[in-house]
Amino acid sequence: MKIGIPREIFKDERRVAATPPSVHKLIGLGYEVVVEGGAGEAANYSDEAYEKVGAAIASDTTLLWEEADFILKVRAPMKNPALNKHEADLMKEGAFLVSYIWPAQNPELLEKLAARKITSFAIDSLPRISRAQKMDALSAMANIAGYRAVIEAANNFGRFFTGQVTAAGKVPPAKIMVIGAGVAGLAAIGAANSMGAIVRAFDTRLEVKEQVESMGAEFLELDFGDEEGSGSGGYAKQMSDEFIKAEMALFAEQAKEVDIIITTALIPGKPAPKLITADMVKSMKPGSVIVDLASERGGNCELTEPGKVAHQHGVTLIGYTDLPSRMAKVASDLYATNLVHLLTELTPEKDGQPVVNMEDDVIRGLTVVKENDITWPPPQPEAPVSPAPPPGTEEPSAADMAAAKKDADRRSLIGKGALLIVTVLALYGVGAHAPESFLQHFTVFVLACFIGWQVIWNVTPSLHTPLMSVTNAISGIIVIGAILHLAQAANIAVGIMAFIAVLIASINVGGGFRVTHRMLKMFRK
Amino acid sequence: MSTGLVSVAYVVASICFILSLGGLSHQESARRGNLYGVAGIIIAVGATLASVGDGGIIAIVIAVLIGAGIGIPIANKVEMTQMPQLVALLHSFVGLAAVLVGFSGYIEPLIATTGAEHTIKLVEVFVGIFIGAVTFTGSLVACGKLDGRIDSKALTLPGRHLMNLVAVIACVLLGAWFLGTNSMAFGLISLVLMTAIASVLGIHLIMAIGGADMPVVVSMLNSYSGWAAASIGFMLGNDLLIVTGALVGSSGAILSYIMCKAMNRSFISVILGGFGQTSSSSATADADQTVHESSVDDVCDELRTADSVIIVPGYGMAVAQAQNGVSDMTRILRERGVDVRFGIHPVAGRLPGHMNVLLAEAHVPYDIVLEMDEINADFPETDVVLVIGANDTVNPAAAEDPGSPIAGMPVLEVWKARQVVVLKRGMATGYSGVENPLFFKDNTRMLFGDAKESIDKLVSSLRS
Repeated sequence: MKIGIPREIFKDERRVAATPPSVHKLIGLGYEVVVEGGAGEAANYSDEAYEKVGAAIASDTTLLWEEADFILKVRAPMKNPALNKHEADLMKEGAFLVSYIWPAQNPELLEKLAARKITSFAIDSLPRISRAQKMDALSAMANIAGYRAVIEAANNFGRFFTGQVTAAGKVPPAKIMVIGAGVAGLAAIGAANSMGAIVRAFDTRLEVKEQVESMGAEFLELDFGDEEGSGSGGYAKQMSDEFIKAEMALFAEQAKEVDIIITTALIPGKPAPKLITADMVKSMKPGSVIVDLASERGGNCELTEPGKVAHQHGVTLIGYTDLPSRMAKVASDLYATNLVHLLTELTPEKDGQPVVNMEDDVIRGLTVVKENDITWPPPQPEAPVSPAPPPGTEEPSAADMAAAKKDADRRSLIGKGALLIVTVLALYGVGAHAPESFLQHFTVFVLACFIGWQVIWNVTPSLHTPLMSVTNAISGIIVIGAILHLAQAANIAVGIMAFIAVLIASINVGGGFRVTHRMLKMFRK
Repeated sequence: MSTGLVSVAYVVASICFILSLGGLSHQESARRGNLYGVAGIIIAVGATLASVGDGGIIAIVIAVLIGAGIGIPIANKVEMTQMPQLVALLHSFVGLAAVLVGFSGYIEPLIATTGAEHTIKLVEVFVGIFIGAVTFTGSLVACGKLDGRIDSKALTLPGRHLMNLVAVIACVLLGAWFLGTNSMAFGLISLVLMTAIASVLGIHLIMAIGGADMPVVVSMLNSYSGWAAASIGFMLGNDLLIVTGALVGSSGAILSYIMCKAMNRSFISVILGGFGQTSSSSATADADQTVHESSVDDVCDELRTADSVIIVPGYGMAVAQAQNGVSDMTRILRERGVDVRFGIHPVAGRLPGHMNVLLAEAHVPYDIVLEMDEINADFPETDVVLVIGANDTVNPAAAEDPGSPIAGMPVLEVWKARQVVVLKRGMATGYSGVENPLFFKDNTRMLFGDAKESIDKLVSSLRS
């Protein structure tokens, strides 16, 4: 089967759906690959590079679309202004397509594709389960967008991110607030943190607190009872009015303080929530920057202009919608790898023939058009989507834990009490009945036990083996007893036994110390 | 030599032993500690020889020389991977010596005793022989298991707890008979019977303990050998033996306790054995799990581009004898400026500190070999973790799945690193028989094959 890689025609789209390494892997799956001339140019991949790994180069756009049985692309099919024809209509009837499709927003595109019997996989509709992570282009792109957001912010920000004390004066570090700690938010936190900024992050899902902190940011928390914003599939859900009010108050307060705000808040199937009001923008320090990663879906800030950089009230508002495309090389690499993984799943026989297994959750979720049927939306998988419950819910409640601990404490207290009573009785028995000579030895014995305890307690675990072999050698001290017996043996049997005892105890002493010495000699810095 | 001088010599020897154990608590003073131990034993034996005069001195010297002549060459020759067996074997010698001295002490007491003192002495003889016999056979079994001569799986006979209990009760009854009789012949019979029962008990106790609990078992037997020496000391009225035995006994007990804590298990449950054999894996194999296999070249690339690497060795490294390759790899990576460290789980291997000894043998500097508590916080900032032949000690189920049989056991949190590479023969479960979700994590790559071969290949491709 022939895979076609067309050049992206969307304005300023620099990514490409296949790179030379990915083409190589596609050929390994049994496909032929045709790449439109100049398709990889903006991502720094030349036609020659594609040819070298075995792809054919097509100079004619129409021909490529007509010949290919399987189209891999980035942006959803759209009208080609040069040919004055819709890309879906260019395709061969009954062909396959993988790209972003956004089926919820593009019902007419789905119909167009179904009319042409084009089996379409929407990479944006991938179910978010762990097996599918290797195909998760949304996450891959979000990661890039988060990183790039920080770079764009830095580019438009008139100061260092890191604080410096120089001969020419002290520079305070930049303070950055990241709203929404999804993949993009976390990537932004990581990038900003590594550039030396002070980063704070907010998310309605309390479970991400640990992730935020692990990336080096402070997690801003609302003191707000039990309301928790985890929806299905790792996205946030819409929150109650009171929660939003408290949240807005927090943002208003932070806006006065921070230099840069990066917003990434999205709710699936809804326009992006408006979190930064015009008043908040006004309250920010002049020279501050807002990067709105949600601008394509309406923006988290009231004043963002999608696709543009705006200046309002002394604040730079960055509303680029093509952040991944601004890093076309890495974005293409990752996207192409996602698609290779998808095609690997689709081609179990590696014979260049895709098999659409609708029983498979991942394939089912991706497939938005199968031949002439629109198969979107897929049936709801039983919640929760991921087999592992989200961290946090599995932990026993605090009350349970406290009760269990109390129980354990009580039990150990009873145990300790019993032990104390037994010890006291035993000591009493010994003291009352044992003869003087025994008590002397007994005193020595108990004290020696305590010394052993005190001495051993601080041993570093790496020395446990030498310690054991040295104590073993020392326990060969039993040789003394054997010697005493051997010296005074009158009975031949006793003599023999004592002789053997001296002999084996000596093996123990000699061997034990020697091997300890050998081991210790090996330990070196 | 006067008894006064002998007593003083014994005090000096005791102090030497205490200093010896104290010295072993740090790397810097460890060698000096060993020398203190040697000095202590020489002083003790010398003073004893001086005190006994001429009687049997030739026999004693011959026995000591033969013993040392056997012991030191063995110690010189032994491979570091065979260390656990050797230590276990040496324990059994102490146990056997205690049994023999106990019998000698009964047949031919050094000090004549009467009345209550006599009864106490008989109890001491009895207890000394009992502990000695258990230590003797138990250590032999442990040695056999560690050496692979005996199947290291836990032997779980039906009603094994009951059998142990019956054996102990039988010994107590025999003890009562032993104390009650005035006839030397009956006394000997009961002693021999008790020794036989105790020997069987020792075998059975250790047979029931599985391979991975061996660190605890070896240190427990170490402790027993100390208590045996102490009770012989009581029998002889010899304070040096009592002090030394108590030192060894308590130190062994503490080591066992530390090991048990590291496995989050009670001492009793380890001693009674049979862990993990009955509980089949509770984590059902998930259809949604795939294993990512990797190749030597890929791992080599990962290592080359990494800034920080943590190596987590386990028993598998010892079995494959891969420590020298690991050491070479460490050196190459460190020369390239990669920060390489080792994370050692307290119960990795078959002896407490087993991994440390192996790595030291392969000349890995000890200051980059860190304990679990020291290194666990560093995993999130680590680029690559190499897990070599470890399984249960890196199982995330212990931390994440409360239903897992090993839940609550502290583990090395390797999965928090950016990339984990697991060197393993196949997908078999570890000692505990629990499925390891680590292998299915997205940041985990499996490098199947013999650890030594894989490491050697890695070393040669890192060099090129």
